[in-house]
Amino acid sequence: MDWHQLWEIVSAPDNVPIVALVPLLIFYTALAVKQARANDRLIAELEANPQEAKTRYRKAWPFKPGWQKEVHVWPFLLRVEFLAAIIVTAILMVWSISLNAPLEEPSNPNVTMNPAKAPWYFLGLQEMLVYFDPWIAGVVMPTLIIVGLMVVPYIDTNPLGNGYYTLRQRRFSIGTFAFGFLFLWVTMILIGTFIRGPGWQWFWPGQTWDHSRLIYEVNRDLPDLFGITSNMGKVVFGAVVVGGYYLLGGFIVFALFRRHQPKDYRRMSLLQYSIMVFFLLTMVGLPIKMGLRLAMHIKYVWITPYFNI
Amino acid sequence: MAEDNNQNGQNGNGNGGGVKLLSKMRTKVLAGVKEDVQMLKVDLPAKAKEQVELVKDPTKTQVYTSIFRHKHDDTPRNRALGVLSNVFLHLHPAKINRDSVRYSYTWGMGGITFYLFIVLTFTGVLLMFYYHPEKVQAFRDVLYLEHDVPFGKLLRNMHRWAAHLMVIAVWLHMYRVFLTGSYKKPREFNWNVGVILLVLTLLLSFTGYLLPDDQLGFWAVTVGTNMARATPLLGHEGPFGHQLGMTPYNDIRFGLLGGSIVDANALLRSYIWHCIGIPIVASLFMIVHFWRVRKDGGISGPAPVMLEAEVKEPRGAKAAAHA
Repeated sequence: MDWHQLWEIVSAPDNVPIVALVPLLIFYTALAVKQARANDRLIAELEANPQEAKTRYRKAWPFKPGWQKEVHVWPFLLRVEFLAAIIVTAILMVWSISLNAPLEEPSNPNVTMNPAKAPWYFLGLQEMLVYFDPWIAGVVMPTLIIVGLMVVPYIDTNPLGNGYYTLRQRRFSIGTFAFGFLFLWVTMILIGTFIRGPGWQWFWPGQTWDHSRLIYEVNRDLPDLFGITSNMGKVVFGAVVVGGYYLLGGFIVFALFRRHQPKDYRRMSLLQYSIMVFFLLTMVGLPIKMGLRLAMHIKYVWITPYFNI
Repeated sequence: MAEDNNQNGQNGNGNGGGVKLLSKMRTKVLAGVKEDVQMLKVDLPAKAKEQVELVKDPTKTQVYTSIFRHKHDDTPRNRALGVLSNVFLHLHPAKINRDSVRYSYTWGMGGITFYLFIVLTFTGVLLMFYYHPEKVQAFRDVLYLEHDVPFGKLLRNMHRWAAHLMVIAVWLHMYRVFLTGSYKKPREFNWNVGVILLVLTLLLSFTGYLLPDDQLGFWAVTVGTNMARATPLLGHEGPFGHQLGMTPYNDIRFGLLGGSIVDANALLRSYIWHCIGIPIVASLFMIVHFWRVRKDGGISGPAPVMLEAEVKEPRGAKAAAHA
């Protein structure tokens, strides 16, 4: 166990935000789950007792008769904002006094940094470069993430859970978002920050970064496993595999979604449903490709003269 | 004297009248002065007393009332006016849901993001006084800031950490908005504006990364912009880029860097995007974002919980369900 190496990674000034991000995410997730549980209990109670649903104050927070439903912004909101500004300023001051912003040697195109890492918030994309060609990892995937986020309000037809925390009423959408944000995005950033060392090789936390380490790893392409050698054969084979993934995956999603989310399924138009399936399958395709690469050393699935996937 | 009198005998009368006039005037003036002194003694203290009374309550002065358009007594009306008649506060409504001031619902991350943007603008402008976006000079400017400029190190540290904090705050804001379902009707459009602001925040941070012109920024930006080579259709190494005539000297990466390598032009472009281009665009989107928060009915909650049984199914869906 090389504690020094571990400390060097964790205490690198530009890694501090990620070290801070993890406990923050845990804290806020717990805060959200706590409130969602309380709301879910209330929802279950009201669903069991329709009479109570008509009269009860519909929030998990206490409310006494005679309380005003609204308060003045001045001072009740402004004091919170003012306090928040002071606290953030204090945190920034302490952080800025105690920790210096990194400054390396002057830029030099002749001396390559190893590992050359992108800023921490882009490390997920850089980690994706291991599994996909740059045009997918660096251009198509970021675009799909942005577009995928933008279509969310238009494909989530569930009217429940608007303006309060709940898990019970939004299992699918919250599950999908948690998978994409917490599992894929944040985990890949953590891998990129704490695991990847020189040559973008995998070093477990506590393992010493060995700059001269060589890994004899023979990556194969999926068509090779099936003994396909002709270029045309590879093009057709890849198209069949990728197309088959979306078709078969689409069918599995259809079977599951129809059964387990019947209300959402009924509400969605064909366009909404197909966009949802496309983004879901593309997102799930990422960990599948990661698994193929890490477990079976498969580099490409679809090989054409113009692009490889 | 007598001679003089005789000589001027003819005018004696007149002369005598002049003296009289003079003395008359003297007495008049003296009386006037006496009166002035008297009035000074009486009026000034009276006015001073009035002034003291006025100073005791500055809210009644013309200067004060010209700035603040309402009284400061703690009345509901004044509390509302305090927010509504202030340009910086008027984005708020006068009154809000009593539960939405609870920190546990909003986490305050949207507001903190905006506050950090202000901190970054402030520290950023100060940094600009010491920075030249030129090769060699840029790095020296950072060294100068760190070692010679009073509080220069603190300034640079604050700018960098506030930037990182802003990225974290934006993510947490998005996380909260998703978990509370706040993107749902009628806030779909504002969620989209928010997604664009998220991207702009990352771009702001990324363009700033190159500016110290050190190894860290140089290689991070090299790695980042190398991906642009692979842009489908528009990059010289991307799918179908070659077929469309893309070379390292005319593709999208060339446009981003102002050259085929990360050099002086890339530094200047990065600087202009970072200090002028993106902040202006981000400010515009922020204006829309805040405006829409109000126009879409204020922040989403905490709303009363809704039950499955209360959902009104659209007509078509209902028909399908029955069939």
